[in-house]
Amino acid sequence: MIYVTFYFQVHQPNRLRHYKFFDIGRSHFYEDDQKNGEILRKVAGKCYLPTNGLMLEQIKRHEGRFRISYSISGTAVEQFRKFAPEVLDSFKALADTGCVEFICETFNHSLAFLYSREEWRRQVALHKELVQQEFGQTPTTFRNTELIYNNDVAEEAEALGFRTILAEGADRVLGWRSPNFAYQPEPCTKMKLLLKNYRLSDDIAFRFSNRDWAEWPMTAEKFASWVHAVAGAGETVNLFMDYETFGEHQWEETGIFDFLRSLPEKVLAHPDFAFATPAETSSKLYPVAKLDVPHFVSWADIERDLTAWKGNHMQEDALSAVFGLENLVIAKNDPDLTHAWRSLQTSDHFYYMCTKWFADGDVHKYFNPYSNPYDAYINYQNVLADFEETVKG
Amino acid sequence: MRVLMYGWEFPPHIAGGLGVACYWMTQALAEKGHKVTFVLPRLKAGMSDDSHVELIGVSQFPVRSLEFLNSPENLEKEIRRIADGVRIETVDTLLSSPYMSDSQYQKLADEQRDLAQRMRESSALEGGSAESFNLEVTGEYGPNLLMEIVRYARVAGAIARSAPHDVIHAHDWLTMLAGVEAKRVSGKPLVVHVHATEFDRSGENVNQVVYDIERLGMERADRVVAVSHYTKDIIVRRYGIPAGKVEVVHNAVTRIRNGQESPAELARREKVVLFLGRITFQKGPDYFVEAAAKVLRHRKDVRFVMAGSGDMAPRMIERVAELKLGRRFHFTGFLGGAAVEQMFRESDIYVMPSVSEPFGISPLEAMAYDVPVIISKQSGVAEVLRHALKVDFWDVSELASKIIALLDHGPLRQELVEQGAKELESIQWSNAARKLGAVYDQISRVA
Repeated sequence: MIYVTFYFQVHQPNRLRHYKFFDIGRSHFYEDDQKNGEILRKVAGKCYLPTNGLMLEQIKRHEGRFRISYSISGTAVEQFRKFAPEVLDSFKALADTGCVEFICETFNHSLAFLYSREEWRRQVALHKELVQQEFGQTPTTFRNTELIYNNDVAEEAEALGFRTILAEGADRVLGWRSPNFAYQPEPCTKMKLLLKNYRLSDDIAFRFSNRDWAEWPMTAEKFASWVHAVAGAGETVNLFMDYETFGEHQWEETGIFDFLRSLPEKVLAHPDFAFATPAETSSKLYPVAKLDVPHFVSWADIERDLTAWKGNHMQEDALSAVFGLENLVIAKNDPDLTHAWRSLQTSDHFYYMCTKWFADGDVHKYFNPYSNPYDAYINYQNVLADFEETVKG
Repeated sequence: MRVLMYGWEFPPHIAGGLGVACYWMTQALAEKGHKVTFVLPRLKAGMSDDSHVELIGVSQFPVRSLEFLNSPENLEKEIRRIADGVRIETVDTLLSSPYMSDSQYQKLADEQRDLAQRMRESSALEGGSAESFNLEVTGEYGPNLLMEIVRYARVAGAIARSAPHDVIHAHDWLTMLAGVEAKRVSGKPLVVHVHATEFDRSGENVNQVVYDIERLGMERADRVVAVSHYTKDIIVRRYGIPAGKVEVVHNAVTRIRNGQESPAELARREKVVLFLGRITFQKGPDYFVEAAAKVLRHRKDVRFVMAGSGDMAPRMIERVAELKLGRRFHFTGFLGGAAVEQMFRESDIYVMPSVSEPFGISPLEAMAYDVPVIISKQSGVAEVLRHALKVDFWDVSELASKIIALLDHGPLRQELVEQGAKELESIQWSNAARKLGAVYDQISRVA
């Protein structure tokens, strides 16, 4: 049996409001609630609600044979509670089917692993609690923010009890190997590693509506035939993508929902193929080899490295500034301050400061509330300056 | 292509960015194989060293055929004749500007009379054709400006008769009448290049004569070149020129790697924030002063420098005094050549808060000295520059906030300088020359 393993990332950052230098010491409201609410409600209407409905319908229709997984960041869950509780309810309804796995990550979609293991562990614990509380599952699969991964991430996650970990199937990690098998991270003995098949994943996430693409228009039938072609050359097809692909990055008009609606049936038409969640796939497969990944990989941009968040002077500076406050914040032990600090760790803040416009600039621009990376940095530093004063004061 | 180009300034004698732009533009055109004859008010020492263009000074050009100059009784008639169809009720607007003294006016009137007298003598003596003499055009921006441009235009026609060319290219309103006159004489297609409009210079208080001349030039031109989309928009909206006739050709900069500051300069290190440009309404000097006041309330280790001259300078000095910023805010007066270079070299931040800036080449020059820049969103250069901080000119507290951010955060300066250096290399005059070449091709094919 070959398992088609879907994992969808659901995340929304707490975007900051325009915060001038002269606001420092005068105003302690950092987040743009209005904009965050507007965006969340818009994405809920275009993506979360209709796609969740479609997933539920498919799960029922295939009587448990269509299985999927989500990783939902804590900031996204908090925004659901605040701005669109019906979205959270619809995820819970999916959880109730027993066909959906919820994956663990850092609560605030944080880059903490790169700066503080303690803080990273605290955030993982917080998120684990959230998944238990909201979806009634104890997660056994872990994915680090932005699929940032190396041997150390796997080792630390194994120590926390996770048995499956997800990563990007980057060429420089795999070399000649295929992403369509389970591996074992080099330092681990129990953990299994599932790697994203980026070609097939990106066919849906990025290329689906691209009319210049030779395969356009892509149908469920065509895509299923590519998946089926893995038969004999793999044991799992790992399709990892942002959930906002459905209805938000690829608009409804592109036919993405029709595609998704017919896909399970087309995939299941082949008797050797089944859907499974990451934990299920991992429990059924033996790792074919150990995989040694000493350097960080991620799922961003063509480089698949850290440079989208930590690739220039401003990003380095802002990151070390926010994580430099750890001891102060933790010692203070004030839930509001800690929450504000964690919210400032979200990877998106640093993504907005990225200056490598030229190759991947378009994607960055699309998601960026700032008109340029310099404004993003200035705004962030102003907020952080006020936060630091508050913590010290 | 043989280009007959009319301009008002050429290095080293320049008052603003126009002369610099003309210099590099003509060089890039020459590199593309175009042969440029550049006409300016007068040739001065140091100008003829450059071999990439042939320079002609109007003041030095012997005017032979004077029949079309025969009745210069008054200025109004002259302009109307050259620019027939321009509705000019009176030219007093320019002449009676508040900065013109009675004696200046008297001088102007005398000059007019003298000229008329010379013309009459010449006609009487020679029957009006054989004798040649020069018409003096100083090329300065004094109260005689309107008369100067009319004289310039007259001679421009004579030059068009004798200098072989395929296209005519005139820069800004000062030479637009010349371009129109040259086209009338030679029948060759005309490109009018707009580096600034009257709305940029004067806001809503436009000088009607200047506006009419600009409008006439653009209407008569076969193609209008605008230095930015920002300017194109003004040309279309305010001058009623069809958008399809206006081509955008952004200016550029020739990056001469200007080296790092000396260790002695580094040791001095109080931060310097620079405004460099004409101290006029258009450049927004008042916003710079107000932002300086806000910044200085938060840190004292900064010096603000306003380099340049202009009609708003006295008011700015008064305002600085009123705000009690004098010990931290410095006026240098007009700077030229080496002094400009030194000023950039000693600056840490360059600010261009222009109210309306068709292009604005000086931020690019600042970047060539590794100085990070803050520019007004109301500028053409903001269209081509990504690695710059941008503000609305009127948002003083945002401007101050950004100055402080640059002062406070080394990584921000470093990123802007490093990325800016790369970006500068892509903003090249050769691109502008290529686009201009395409414009020349199009209009000469039609003609």
